Amino acid sequence: MQDKVRNERYNNYVEAKIAKTHAWPSLFNSFWVGGLICTIGQLFNDVLLLSFPNMSTQSAWAFTLIFLIFMASFLTGLGIFDKIGAFAGAGTIVPITGFSNSITSPALEFKNEGIIFGMCAKMFIIAGPVIVSGTVASMVVGLIYLFI
Amino acid sequence: MERKRGQQTVFFKNKPIIIGHYSLVGPKEGKGPLRDYFSKIEEDDLFGQKTYEKAERTMIEQSLRGAVENAGIKFGDVRLFLSGDLLNQIISSSYAARSFDIPYVGVFGACSTMAESLALGACLVDGGHFDTVACATSSHFSTAERQFRFPLELGNQRPPTSQWTVTGSGSTILSCKGHGPRITCATFGKVTDYGINDVNNMGAAMAPAAMNTLIAHFKDTKTKPEDYDLILSGDLGKLGSEILIDLMEDHGYKLGLNYKDCGQMIFKRNQNVLMGGSGCGCSATVLNSIILDKIIKGEYKKVLFMATGALLSTTSSQQGESIPGIAHAIVIEGEDNE
Repeated sequence: MQDKVRNERYNNYVEAKIAKTHAWPSLFNSFWVGGLICTIGQLFNDVLLLSFPNMSTQSAWAFTLIFLIFMASFLTGLGIFDKIGAFAGAGTIVPITGFSNSITSPALEFKNEGIIFGMCAKMFIIAGPVIVSGTVASMVVGLIYLFI
Repeated sequence: MERKRGQQTVFFKNKPIIIGHYSLVGPKEGKGPLRDYFSKIEEDDLFGQKTYEKAERTMIEQSLRGAVENAGIKFGDVRLFLSGDLLNQIISSSYAARSFDIPYVGVFGACSTMAESLALGACLVDGGHFDTVACATSSHFSTAERQFRFPLELGNQRPPTSQWTVTGSGSTILSCKGHGPRITCATFGKVTDYGINDVNNMGAAMAPAAMNTLIAHFKDTKTKPEDYDLILSGDLGKLGSEILIDLMEDHGYKLGLNYKDCGQMIFKRNQNVLMGGSGCGCSATVLNSIILDKIIKGEYKKVLFMATGALLSTTSSQQGESIPGIAHAIVIEGEDNE
């Protein structure tokens, strides 16, 4: 009982001791980097549509996604993406680039534990929960859609 | 003859002598403020190996061989090898010991391993059981990240209270004869848990253990903080050190300018390490470079070296358990400080 009080007091003391960080600089960086990524995507999309007038908008979107996913994965492999991510935070995580990085980085990290149980199995240690919750959410939405 | 004993402190009669030491660090540490003191700085953080785990083993091998050479003895003169590290089942130490052909005892005290192995080694030498004992430990940023945190290339941000695991290995050779600084006593710490859950705030988790060990040490040895030229903690980092100073003051001990933390010494502020260095290699490389050098030169006469460790595993932290801390301390005195 005494320990509980002591621990609570200590945790409160530590909490107060931690230097408060300001959210605004991080928010600013994530906003402009995230915006820049989206602008690059839009630019790619527009150039694609201009270059291939017969291409449907849907196909152009798909190619844009592939382009962004590939670039994020490529930059991860070159060891550049983690530096951008450390600087921009949510600015790189929220667009599809973050998802690509979260799969490529464990794949690189665990490839020395073997292809199957290393790379293939551990590729999803970070993105796995996102995929599971995405799937569950789409099932719930699908069920609701069925009855309305 | 009856030995002097304290509640938690062992006083050595045949004070073990530090006859050799060696510190080996990676490229980032080699750009830090202590770069001129390290025995060797390796520019390749893979140490010529295929994986970081193999690199860490190579570091222990190289640092131990370096320490033996520094001691001016033959490798076969080492009677026992005491070592530990952060990886599961302390593989770095055990796999490195494979190539040594000397009896080996693996120890684990997380980041407190350097102080733990030196304290145990000193007991064995003092007791006359072994003439020469080698104590070593290591940590590698990339192996620790892989085991405890995220893949290296993940683009995430580090919390402001987190620390940076030092890539480095330190080795010390203790002997019953020869010249060099002496270990005069050792205080073994108790596991202390004040209910900190945040794995990104190790300093706060370990500071209470450091306080317990320091108080036990001062009581057992009837000394005060001012009696030491230097009181050195292992890897509490900036926040942990500040907490320790506060906690000690609550108990009536004032840690003054003679208190330093290895975690804050090894990197510069602008090296993006937040609260400072951590890991077994942090205290091991700082002790086995600048500190022992300065004791040998006579700049420090009496140093209290205390390394702290966070005794968690990834399983315990994922199951929501708090982080228990430990701290062990040894006193090193200069040769002519008799």
